[in-house]
Amino acid sequence: MSIRAPSPSIFRPSSGIPQTSLQEHEPLVRDINRRNLLRGTVSLGALSFLTGCDVKDSSAVRSMLLAVSAWNDRVQEFIFRPGHLAPTFSESQVVKPPRFNAYYPIEDVRPVDAATWRLALAGRIADKRPWRADEFNALPQQELIIRHICVEGWDYIGQWSGVNFRTFLERIGADLTAKYVAFKCADDYTESLDMATALHPQTILATKYARESITDPFGFPLRLRTATKLGFKNPKWVTAIEVTNTFPSTYWSERGFNWFSGI
Amino acid sequence: MAAIHVKSNARHGLRLHPLSVRIMHWINAGAMIIMIMSGWKIYNDDVIFSWLRFPDAITLGTWAQHGLQWHFFGMWIIVLNGLSYLCYGLISGRFRSRLLPLSLRELIATIRDALTFRLSHDDLTHYNAVQKLLYIGIMLVGILVVLSGLSIWKPVQFSELAWLFYDFQTARLVHFLCMAAIVLFLIVHVCLALVVPQSLLAMVTGGPIIKDSEARLAQRPSAADAN
Repeated sequence: MSIRAPSPSIFRPSSGIPQTSLQEHEPLVRDINRRNLLRGTVSLGALSFLTGCDVKDSSAVRSMLLAVSAWNDRVQEFIFRPGHLAPTFSESQVVKPPRFNAYYPIEDVRPVDAATWRLALAGRIADKRPWRADEFNALPQQELIIRHICVEGWDYIGQWSGVNFRTFLERIGADLTAKYVAFKCADDYTESLDMATALHPQTILATKYARESITDPFGFPLRLRTATKLGFKNPKWVTAIEVTNTFPSTYWSERGFNWFSGI
Repeated sequence: MAAIHVKSNARHGLRLHPLSVRIMHWINAGAMIIMIMSGWKIYNDDVIFSWLRFPDAITLGTWAQHGLQWHFFGMWIIVLNGLSYLCYGLISGRFRSRLLPLSLRELIATIRDALTFRLSHDDLTHYNAVQKLLYIGIMLVGILVVLSGLSIWKPVQFSELAWLFYDFQTARLVHFLCMAAIVLFLIVHVCLALVVPQSLLAMVTGGPIIKDSEARLAQRPSAADAN
């Protein structure tokens, strides 16, 4: 596969990220998580009887918990079954309209104009030509009737159709051996998937819900829908996709939610 | 080495609660508190019963994500420790010697004694039928809470397991009811430990030296051989 020289990522500031402070403190950064994990674990016994005390919010405990969350990412990657299909359901079980999820209420959704909308492509992709909304209808369509599970605990069964994501990645000449696929959305939301999930047969770029065009609150004109992740890992109103080997942190992972969040 | 081992054994004897059991008991107690309080935090984000929300003061973590972080940290401790305990109990013969046999007749007799305040607590080394039933029951609930938890965590990767719980919300309900059962057990367990303080003390110091040679044989065959 021919990969062109990577263009500057649209996900990074054009001026580049200053590396000086990171380089200066590199040994410290490398050491800090391991040390805190040990310290945090050792003090667990005492901690469990002191939960009323503010020790639970100390930075040592917080970074220990984040280190465990990063370990849980690796465990989930390990137990992920690439060919194992999620349960599917019958059309009669589909909830209409779907249930809304975002970091703001449904009233604040800013509709995307399909006429001016473009999907930008970046990173380890051979053909980075932007895509128009109507071009997705020309590709083979796939339908999924799958369960959406929110990290909060609620769920519903939805009927999504669009383009198989693996087919799309192959069509644009993406490097399928890269580690991550990152998404940028019209509402400034960011999300990223491990490549194994991106290539799962039940991961699609959806344009329709219950056989009709997706409505504004649910990601018109294009959203990702995967059967193997929690709801928030399914970005809506996608405006850019990057294939990369550099870990792309995401809106919710920066706020302490587990990055992998597989189901 | 062997000589020292036997000598030390002769002096201290085999205690009601061997050191390994005491360590696993208290690790479980701490991890269980983490799991219950962080679980309440997670529950509050999308309640199952509209009339039930847990006050923030008794939940663990500032926001839902912190509750989730605690829960997915505690799960490793509770599962690894729980598996060690189950393996120990089955292999050493502790479960068989302490919790069996369990007869309905004995159970009724124990309940009758308890209701008429004639229940004896003199011998800590012998569990009455109600204790046996509760300890067996809470272990089964412990297994069920882990299985339902795995079904909620990975309903797709572990879809074969999740299928046993019918669907996602029923798995969630089972997980919640197991929590409720554990909390009830915890209340009774702690109250009884306070009513009979020497039982609480025994879980710290190891308690009386057990006379039962059969249990001793089952627990420490090498020590028994040396004697």
